[in-house]
Amino acid sequence: MSGAFRKGIRHGIPIALGYLSVSFTFGMKAVGDGLSVMQAVLISMTNVTSAGQFAALPLMLANASMVEMAMTQLTINLRYALMSLSLGRKLDDSMGTPQRLAFSFMNTDEIFAVASAQPGRVGKTYLYGLMLTPWFGWVLGTLLGAAAGTLLPAFVRTALGIAIYGMFLAIILPPSRKQTSVRFVTLTAIALSLAFRYIPGLNTVSSGFSIILCAVLAASAGALRYPAGEEAEA
Amino acid sequence: MNWGVFLPYLAVTALVTYLIRMLPLTVFRREIRSRFVRSFLTYIPYAVLGAMTFPDVLYSTGDLRTAVCGVAVAVALAWRGRSLLTVAVAACCAVALAQGALLLM
Repeated sequence: MSGAFRKGIRHGIPIALGYLSVSFTFGMKAVGDGLSVMQAVLISMTNVTSAGQFAALPLMLANASMVEMAMTQLTINLRYALMSLSLGRKLDDSMGTPQRLAFSFMNTDEIFAVASAQPGRVGKTYLYGLMLTPWFGWVLGTLLGAAAGTLLPAFVRTALGIAIYGMFLAIILPPSRKQTSVRFVTLTAIALSLAFRYIPGLNTVSSGFSIILCAVLAASAGALRYPAGEEAEA
Repeated sequence: MNWGVFLPYLAVTALVTYLIRMLPLTVFRREIRSRFVRSFLTYIPYAVLGAMTFPDVLYSTGDLRTAVCGVAVAVALAWRGRSLLTVAVAACCAVALAQGALLLM
Protein backbone atom coordinates (compact mmCIF):
# COMPACT_ATOMS: atom_id res chain seq x y z
CA MET A 1 0.00 0.00 0.00
CA SER A 2 1.48 3.35 -0.99
CA GLY A 3 2.05 6.16 1.47
CA ALA A 4 -0.44 8.49 -0.19
CA PHE A 5 -3.15 5.82 -0.16
CA ARG A 6 -2.55 5.11 3.50
CA LYS A 7 -2.63 8.83 4.28
CA GLY A 8 -5.98 9.08 2.47
CA ILE A 9 -7.37 6.17 4.49
CA ARG A 10 -6.12 7.78 7.70
CA HIS A 11 -7.80 11.08 6.83
CA GLY A 12 -11.00 9.24 5.89
CA ILE A 13 -11.43 7.44 9.21
CA PRO A 14 -12.80 10.41 11.20
CA ILE A 15 -15.13 11.20 8.30
CA ALA A 16 -16.34 7.60 8.28
CA LEU A 17 -16.99 7.72 12.02
CA GLY A 18 -18.88 11.00 11.68
CA TYR A 19 -20.90 9.45 8.85
CA LEU A 20 -21.83 6.44 10.96
CA SER A 21 -23.90 8.65 13.24
CA VAL A 22 -25.62 10.60 10.46
CA SER A 23 -26.37 7.62 8.22
CA PHE A 24 -27.51 5.69 11.28
CA THR A 25 -30.20 8.32 11.75
CA PHE A 26 -31.07 8.11 8.05
CA GLY A 27 -31.43 4.32 8.19
CA MET A 28 -33.67 4.56 11.23
CA LYS A 29 -35.89 7.17 9.64
CA ALA A 30 -36.13 5.40 6.27
CA VAL A 31 -37.32 2.16 7.86
CA GLY A 32 -39.65 4.09 10.14
CA ASP A 33 -41.14 5.67 7.00
CA GLY A 34 -41.82 2.27 5.45
CA LEU A 35 -38.76 1.48 3.32
CA SER A 36 -37.10 -1.91 3.63
CA VAL A 37 -33.61 -2.22 5.10
CA MET A 38 -32.30 -3.12 1.64
CA GLN A 39 -33.89 -0.03 0.09
CA ALA A 40 -32.43 2.28 2.74
CA VAL A 41 -28.98 0.80 2.17
CA LEU A 42 -29.31 1.09 -1.62
CA ILE A 43 -30.10 4.82 -1.34
CA SER A 44 -26.97 5.35 0.77
CA MET A 45 -24.80 3.25 -1.55
CA THR A 46 -25.76 5.26 -4.62
CA ASN A 47 -26.36 8.81 -3.33
CA VAL A 48 -23.92 9.50 -0.47
CA THR A 49 -25.47 12.85 0.41
CA SER A 50 -27.09 13.44 3.78
CA ALA A 51 -29.42 16.37 3.11
CA GLY A 52 -30.47 15.02 -0.29
CA GLN A 53 -31.33 11.60 1.08
CA PHE A 54 -33.32 12.96 4.00
CA ALA A 55 -35.24 15.23 1.62
CA ALA A 56 -35.97 12.35 -0.77
CA LEU A 57 -37.86 10.29 1.84
CA PRO A 58 -41.02 12.42 2.21
CA LEU A 59 -41.18 12.87 -1.58
CA MET A 60 -41.06 9.09 -2.13
CA LEU A 61 -43.80 8.58 0.43
CA ALA A 62 -45.95 11.32 -1.12
CA ASN A 63 -45.61 9.74 -4.59
CA ALA A 64 -44.07 12.97 -5.89
CA SER A 65 -43.38 13.33 -9.60
CA MET A 66 -39.91 12.52 -10.95
CA VAL A 67 -39.51 16.17 -11.98
CA GLU A 68 -40.22 17.32 -8.45
CA MET A 69 -37.75 14.78 -7.08
CA ALA A 70 -35.08 15.86 -9.55
CA MET A 71 -35.63 19.57 -8.83
CA THR A 72 -35.44 19.01 -5.06
CA GLN A 73 -32.21 17.09 -5.38
CA LEU A 74 -30.81 19.72 -7.71
CA THR A 75 -31.59 22.53 -5.28
CA ILE A 76 -30.32 20.80 -2.17
CA ASN A 77 -27.21 19.40 -3.81
CA LEU A 78 -26.23 22.26 -6.10
CA ARG A 79 -23.59 23.28 -3.56
CA TYR A 80 -21.60 20.24 -4.73
CA ALA A 81 -21.18 21.94 -8.11
CA LEU A 82 -19.39 24.80 -6.34
CA MET A 83 -17.27 22.34 -4.42
CA SER A 84 -16.34 20.33 -7.52
CA LEU A 85 -15.45 23.56 -9.30
CA SER A 86 -13.28 24.61 -6.37
CA LEU A 87 -11.63 21.21 -5.91
CA GLY A 88 -10.92 20.81 -9.61
CA ARG A 89 -8.15 23.37 -9.23
CA LYS A 90 -6.39 21.30 -6.57
CA LEU A 91 -6.17 18.07 -8.57
CA ASP A 92 -2.79 17.07 -10.01
CA ASP A 93 -2.05 15.47 -13.38
CA SER A 94 -2.80 11.95 -12.15
CA MET A 95 -6.50 12.96 -12.12
CA GLY A 96 -7.47 12.32 -15.74
CA THR A 97 -11.06 12.02 -16.93
CA PRO A 98 -11.68 8.41 -15.69
CA GLN A 99 -10.29 9.30 -12.25
CA ARG A 100 -12.42 12.43 -12.14
CA LEU A 101 -15.50 10.42 -13.08
CA ALA A 102 -14.78 7.98 -10.25
CA PHE A 103 -13.95 10.57 -7.61
CA SER A 104 -17.00 12.75 -8.43
CA PHE A 105 -19.20 10.08 -6.90
CA MET A 106 -17.72 10.73 -3.45
CA ASN A 107 -17.17 14.49 -3.50
CA THR A 108 -19.16 14.99 -0.32
CA ASP A 109 -19.04 18.04 1.98
CA GLU A 110 -16.52 16.40 4.29
CA ILE A 111 -14.28 14.75 1.70
CA PHE A 112 -14.20 18.00 -0.22
CA ALA A 113 -13.31 19.92 2.92
CA VAL A 114 -10.49 17.57 3.92
CA ALA A 115 -9.08 17.38 0.38
CA SER A 116 -9.22 21.19 0.09
CA ALA A 117 -7.34 21.58 3.36
CA GLN A 118 -4.33 19.59 2.06
CA PRO A 119 -1.28 21.66 1.19
CA GLY A 120 -0.51 21.78 -2.54
CA ARG A 121 -2.21 19.52 -5.09
CA VAL A 122 -3.85 16.16 -4.46
CA GLY A 123 -3.61 13.05 -6.63
CA LYS A 124 -5.65 9.94 -7.33
CA THR A 125 -3.90 7.63 -4.85
CA TYR A 126 -4.61 9.92 -1.92
CA LEU A 127 -8.17 10.65 -3.04
CA TYR A 128 -9.05 6.97 -3.57
CA GLY A 129 -7.84 6.27 -0.04
CA LEU A 130 -9.80 9.26 1.25
CA MET A 131 -13.09 8.19 -0.35
CA LEU A 132 -12.94 4.52 0.60
CA THR A 133 -13.65 4.39 4.36
CA PRO A 134 -16.29 7.16 4.36
CA TRP A 135 -18.32 5.21 1.77
CA PHE A 136 -18.25 2.10 3.93
CA GLY A 137 -19.03 4.20 7.01
CA TRP A 138 -22.01 5.77 5.27
CA VAL A 139 -23.39 2.42 4.09
CA LEU A 140 -22.67 0.55 7.33
CA GLY A 141 -24.28 3.28 9.45
CA THR A 142 -27.40 3.12 7.27
CA LEU A 143 -27.56 -0.65 7.61
CA LEU A 144 -27.15 -0.51 11.40
CA GLY A 145 -29.70 2.28 11.78
CA ALA A 146 -32.21 0.57 9.51
CA ALA A 147 -31.80 -2.87 11.09
CA ALA A 148 -31.23 -2.00 14.73
CA GLY A 149 -31.80 1.73 15.22
CA THR A 150 -34.38 1.36 17.92
CA LEU A 151 -32.02 -0.76 20.02
CA LEU A 152 -29.86 2.26 20.78
CA PRO A 153 -30.85 4.34 23.84
CA ALA A 154 -32.51 7.63 22.89
CA PHE A 155 -29.90 9.80 24.58
CA VAL A 156 -27.12 8.24 22.51
CA ARG A 157 -29.06 8.77 19.27
CA THR A 158 -29.65 12.40 20.17
CA ALA A 159 -26.02 13.05 21.08
CA LEU A 160 -24.85 11.62 17.72
CA GLY A 161 -26.78 14.33 15.89
CA ILE A 162 -24.11 16.92 16.58
CA ALA A 163 -21.15 14.81 15.33
CA ILE A 164 -21.15 16.08 11.77
CA TYR A 165 -21.18 19.72 12.91
CA GLY A 166 -18.27 19.05 15.25
CA MET A 167 -16.33 17.94 12.19
CA PHE A 168 -17.31 21.05 10.25
CA LEU A 169 -16.12 23.26 13.12
CA ALA A 170 -12.83 21.37 13.29
CA ILE A 171 -12.34 22.12 9.59
CA ILE A 172 -13.24 25.83 9.52
CA LEU A 173 -11.94 27.11 12.86
CA PRO A 174 -8.16 26.54 12.68
CA PRO A 175 -7.74 28.43 9.35
CA SER A 176 -10.22 31.08 10.56
CA ARG A 177 -7.99 31.65 13.53
CA LYS A 178 -4.83 32.01 11.45
CA GLN A 179 -6.06 33.93 8.39
CA THR A 180 -8.05 37.16 8.52
CA SER A 181 -9.45 36.48 5.05
CA VAL A 182 -10.86 33.06 5.97
CA ARG A 183 -12.24 34.42 9.23
CA PHE A 184 -14.00 37.18 7.31
CA VAL A 185 -15.53 34.69 4.83
CA THR A 186 -16.63 32.26 7.55
CA LEU A 187 -18.24 34.95 9.72
CA THR A 188 -19.95 36.53 6.71
CA ALA A 189 -21.38 33.17 5.66
CA ILE A 190 -22.64 32.49 9.18
CA ALA A 191 -24.22 35.95 9.47
CA LEU A 192 -25.98 35.49 6.11
CA SER A 193 -27.13 31.99 7.06
CA LEU A 194 -28.66 33.36 10.29
CA ALA A 195 -30.36 36.13 8.29
CA PHE A 196 -31.84 33.61 5.84
CA ARG A 197 -33.18 31.56 8.73
CA TYR A 198 -34.65 34.21 10.98
CA ILE A 199 -35.49 37.35 8.99
CA PRO A 200 -39.11 37.28 7.77
CA GLY A 201 -39.22 37.20 3.98
CA LEU A 202 -35.69 35.90 3.63
CA ASN A 203 -36.63 32.77 5.55
CA THR A 204 -38.98 31.68 2.77
CA VAL A 205 -35.91 30.72 0.67
CA SER A 206 -35.49 26.93 0.73
CA SER A 207 -32.55 25.64 2.74
CA GLY A 208 -30.79 24.24 -0.32
CA PHE A 209 -30.86 27.57 -2.13
CA SER A 210 -30.02 29.55 1.00
CA ILE A 211 -26.74 27.63 1.45
CA ILE A 212 -25.78 28.38 -2.15
CA LEU A 213 -26.69 32.06 -1.80
CA CYS A 214 -24.81 32.42 1.50
CA ALA A 215 -21.74 30.66 0.11
CA VAL A 216 -21.64 32.64 -3.14
CA LEU A 217 -22.17 35.99 -1.38
CA ALA A 218 -19.65 35.32 1.40
CA ALA A 219 -16.96 33.94 -0.94
CA SER A 220 -17.51 36.89 -3.33
CA ALA A 221 -17.21 39.37 -0.48
CA GLY A 222 -14.00 37.61 0.59
CA ALA A 223 -12.58 37.62 -2.93
CA LEU A 224 -13.34 41.35 -3.30
CA ARG A 225 -11.87 42.30 0.03
CA TYR A 226 -8.97 39.85 0.17
CA PRO A 227 -8.17 39.01 -3.46
CA ALA A 228 -4.67 37.88 -2.49
CA GLY A 229 -5.98 35.26 -0.08
CA GLU A 230 -5.14 32.42 -2.41
CA GLU A 231 -1.55 33.54 -2.97
CA ALA A 232 -1.06 34.00 0.75
CA GLU A 233 -2.16 30.43 1.33
CA ALA A 234 -0.14 28.71 -1.38
CA MET B 1 -42.08 0.34 -0.27
CA ASN B 2 -43.02 -1.32 -3.55
CA TRP B 3 -39.86 -1.84 -5.66
CA GLY B 4 -41.61 -0.64 -8.80
CA VAL B 5 -42.23 2.70 -7.09
CA PHE B 6 -38.87 2.79 -5.34
CA LEU B 7 -36.42 2.08 -8.15
CA PRO B 8 -37.26 5.06 -10.41
CA TYR B 9 -36.85 7.39 -7.42
CA LEU B 10 -33.54 5.77 -6.58
CA ALA B 11 -32.32 6.25 -10.15
CA VAL B 12 -33.38 9.92 -10.27
CA THR B 13 -31.83 10.90 -6.92
CA ALA B 14 -28.56 9.07 -7.63
CA LEU B 15 -28.24 10.39 -11.18
CA VAL B 16 -29.02 14.04 -10.37
CA THR B 17 -26.63 14.03 -7.41
CA TYR B 18 -23.85 12.43 -9.45
CA LEU B 19 -24.22 14.82 -12.39
CA ILE B 20 -24.03 17.86 -10.09
CA ARG B 21 -20.73 16.58 -8.69
CA MET B 22 -19.30 15.21 -11.91
CA LEU B 23 -19.91 17.89 -14.56
CA PRO B 24 -17.90 20.73 -12.94
CA LEU B 25 -14.98 18.34 -12.32
CA THR B 26 -14.82 16.98 -15.85
CA VAL B 27 -16.11 19.77 -18.11
CA PHE B 28 -14.51 22.89 -16.63
CA ARG B 29 -10.82 22.08 -16.71
CA ARG B 30 -9.22 25.21 -18.07
CA GLU B 31 -6.78 27.09 -15.86
CA ILE B 32 -8.68 30.02 -14.35
CA ARG B 33 -6.99 33.37 -14.98
CA SER B 34 -9.17 35.77 -12.99
CA ARG B 35 -7.73 36.41 -9.57
CA PHE B 36 -11.22 37.16 -8.26
CA VAL B 37 -12.56 33.77 -9.41
CA ARG B 38 -9.55 31.92 -8.02
CA SER B 39 -9.91 33.63 -4.64
CA PHE B 40 -13.66 33.01 -4.73
CA LEU B 41 -13.13 29.27 -5.25
CA THR B 42 -10.51 29.17 -2.49
CA TYR B 43 -13.00 30.68 -0.06
CA ILE B 44 -15.95 28.49 -1.07
CA PRO B 45 -15.22 25.61 1.37
CA TYR B 46 -15.29 27.88 4.41
CA ALA B 47 -18.35 29.74 3.17
CA VAL B 48 -20.31 26.54 2.50
CA LEU B 49 -19.38 24.86 5.79
CA GLY B 50 -20.00 28.04 7.81
CA ALA B 51 -23.47 28.43 6.32
CA MET B 52 -24.24 24.72 6.81
CA THR B 53 -23.15 24.74 10.45
CA PHE B 54 -25.02 27.78 11.74
CA PRO B 55 -27.76 27.89 12.81
CA ASP B 56 -28.45 24.20 12.01
CA VAL B 57 -26.10 22.88 14.69
CA LEU B 58 -28.28 24.53 17.34
CA TYR B 59 -31.19 22.29 16.31
CA SER B 60 -29.14 19.12 15.83
CA THR B 61 -29.95 17.64 19.23
CA GLY B 62 -33.56 18.71 19.59
CA ASP B 63 -32.76 20.88 22.63
CA LEU B 64 -31.07 24.26 22.34
CA ARG B 65 -29.39 23.93 25.75
CA THR B 66 -27.65 20.63 25.03
CA ALA B 67 -26.69 21.85 21.54
CA VAL B 68 -25.05 24.98 22.99
CA CYS B 69 -22.98 22.76 25.33
CA GLY B 70 -21.88 20.64 22.37
CA VAL B 71 -21.00 23.70 20.28
CA ALA B 72 -19.02 25.29 23.12
CA VAL B 73 -16.90 22.16 23.56
CA ALA B 74 -16.45 21.73 19.80
CA VAL B 75 -15.42 25.37 19.32
CA ALA B 76 -12.95 25.27 22.22
CA LEU B 77 -11.24 22.13 20.88
CA ALA B 78 -11.39 23.07 17.19
CA TRP B 79 -9.90 26.48 18.00
CA ARG B 80 -6.90 24.66 19.46
CA GLY B 81 -6.56 22.69 16.24
CA ARG B 82 -7.64 19.27 17.55
CA SER B 83 -8.43 16.53 15.02
CA LEU B 84 -11.84 16.09 13.38
CA LEU B 85 -12.50 12.91 15.30
CA THR B 86 -11.57 14.40 18.69
CA VAL B 87 -13.81 17.41 18.15
CA ALA B 88 -16.76 15.33 16.88
CA VAL B 89 -16.58 12.77 19.69
CA ALA B 90 -16.11 15.43 22.39
CA ALA B 91 -19.13 17.35 21.10
CA CYS B 92 -21.26 14.19 21.26
CA CYS B 93 -20.06 13.46 24.82
CA ALA B 94 -20.81 17.05 25.89
CA VAL B 95 -24.35 16.72 24.52
CA ALA B 96 -24.82 13.37 26.27
CA LEU B 97 -23.57 14.81 29.58
CA ALA B 98 -25.77 17.89 29.21
CA GLN B 99 -28.79 15.66 28.65
CA GLY B 100 -27.92 13.78 31.82
CA ALA B 101 -27.51 17.01 33.77
CA LEU B 102 -30.91 18.26 32.53
CA LEU B 103 -32.55 15.05 33.70
CA LEU B 104 -31.15 15.53 37.19
CA MET B 105 -32.32 19.13 37.46
